[in-house]
Amino acid sequence: MIPAAFDYTVAESAEHAVQLLGEYGDEAKLLAGGHSLIPMMKYRLATPTQLVDVGRLSDLSYINQENGHVAIGAMTRHRDLETSAVLAEACPMLAHVASLVGGPAVRHRGTLGGTMAHADSASDLPAAVLALGGTIVAQGPNGRREIAATDFFTSYFESALAADEMIVEIKVPANTGGWNYQKFNRRAQDWAIVGVAVADGGNGVALVNMGSTPLRASETEAALASGASAADAAAMAANGTTPPEDLNADGAYRTHLAQVLTRRALEAAAG
Amino acid sequence: MEVSITVNGSTHSSDVEPRTLLVHHLRDNIGLTGTNIGCDSSSCGACTIHMNGESVKSCTVLAVQADGQELTTIEGLAAVAESDGTATGDQNWHPMQEAFQNCHALQCGYCTPGMVMASTSFLKENPNPTEEQIREGLEGNLCRCTGYHNIVKAVQSVAGGAS
Repeated sequence: MIPAAFDYTVAESAEHAVQLLGEYGDEAKLLAGGHSLIPMMKYRLATPTQLVDVGRLSDLSYINQENGHVAIGAMTRHRDLETSAVLAEACPMLAHVASLVGGPAVRHRGTLGGTMAHADSASDLPAAVLALGGTIVAQGPNGRREIAATDFFTSYFESALAADEMIVEIKVPANTGGWNYQKFNRRAQDWAIVGVAVADGGNGVALVNMGSTPLRASETEAALASGASAADAAAMAANGTTPPEDLNADGAYRTHLAQVLTRRALEAAAG
Repeated sequence: MEVSITVNGSTHSSDVEPRTLLVHHLRDNIGLTGTNIGCDSSSCGACTIHMNGESVKSCTVLAVQADGQELTTIEGLAAVAESDGTATGDQNWHPMQEAFQNCHALQCGYCTPGMVMASTSFLKENPNPTEEQIREGLEGNLCRCTGYHNIVKAVQSVAGGAS
């Protein structure tokens, strides 16, 4: 499988990438690790005529703890999250979730900024960032702006990023409160049929593959906040969702999985 | 577009279309056909090579992304072992190649180049893995003969030898 033809430009900086996006308009896509975009291009589900390679921007690969949060450069690879001493100390959930993405060769290429921009509701890390209450820092032609993860994902593979914006950093609160991630699948290296991320002792509960975007299980969070048991709160996990139906699961089964996995995640997070 | 890629110690400069996949560049332009194409969709791992010492699936990397990078394919692995003094056996192979032969870790052999490249990258990152960690570390590589058991034994034998 060979992608449709495109032109390729290496960005020298985030500012340069944004400038190129402005010049090329809708036909351009940013290329980071390429492990979501290149398969889509090979299947001709995506046919950009211009790729802007930001994967070489090594100054966007970092994990720094600062003022109660961890700042992660957009080009930080899953492998770097998985093995980060800073995350192990300050936000172990994110390192753990990164270790479950694909297989090792995928984690050597895939980046946090790339997976956030791809905005696949079936991906692990976007839901983890959502459960943690993270923030996405986007660079546009007029500088940077911050977008809360809760406002970032808008629809299937769609985000609040403008066509001429690029993610440069992801911030997550330094948080070692009770956490757990349940990823239910049936084959090695597969996407989650349903996944549940619990952060901060249950203050953040996010669902993978239960709708068009990663979702907060807001009724579960509210129930926990008013003192409900893990089992009672988990029973509400799928409320308000419209789970997708595919060859792996129908909506009723996904609803069941969301409830069971949320209960397991909450119980495990409570230690 | 012009790319310059170091493969197994030799630098190859070529003019490639941006959409050329790295695995096609290696096989069709550079002539290194040891790297196999299996699923062509980043699932099976038959095309696994090392980029700057780490496993990558060369069907999911563009040749232009590899510009300026150092690659090792199955053809160059024995030379890597020779240069770091770990080459072994009658044929001066990499210990992982030797172990795959000794442990009968291949049946049809199609997945083998990718399995060997994934295994060597994995052991570099996890020098003393448990059996479960080896199985998880190779989750990105499929063997349609389902010969996983002896593949795991081969990796274990190299890990044991190295410790």
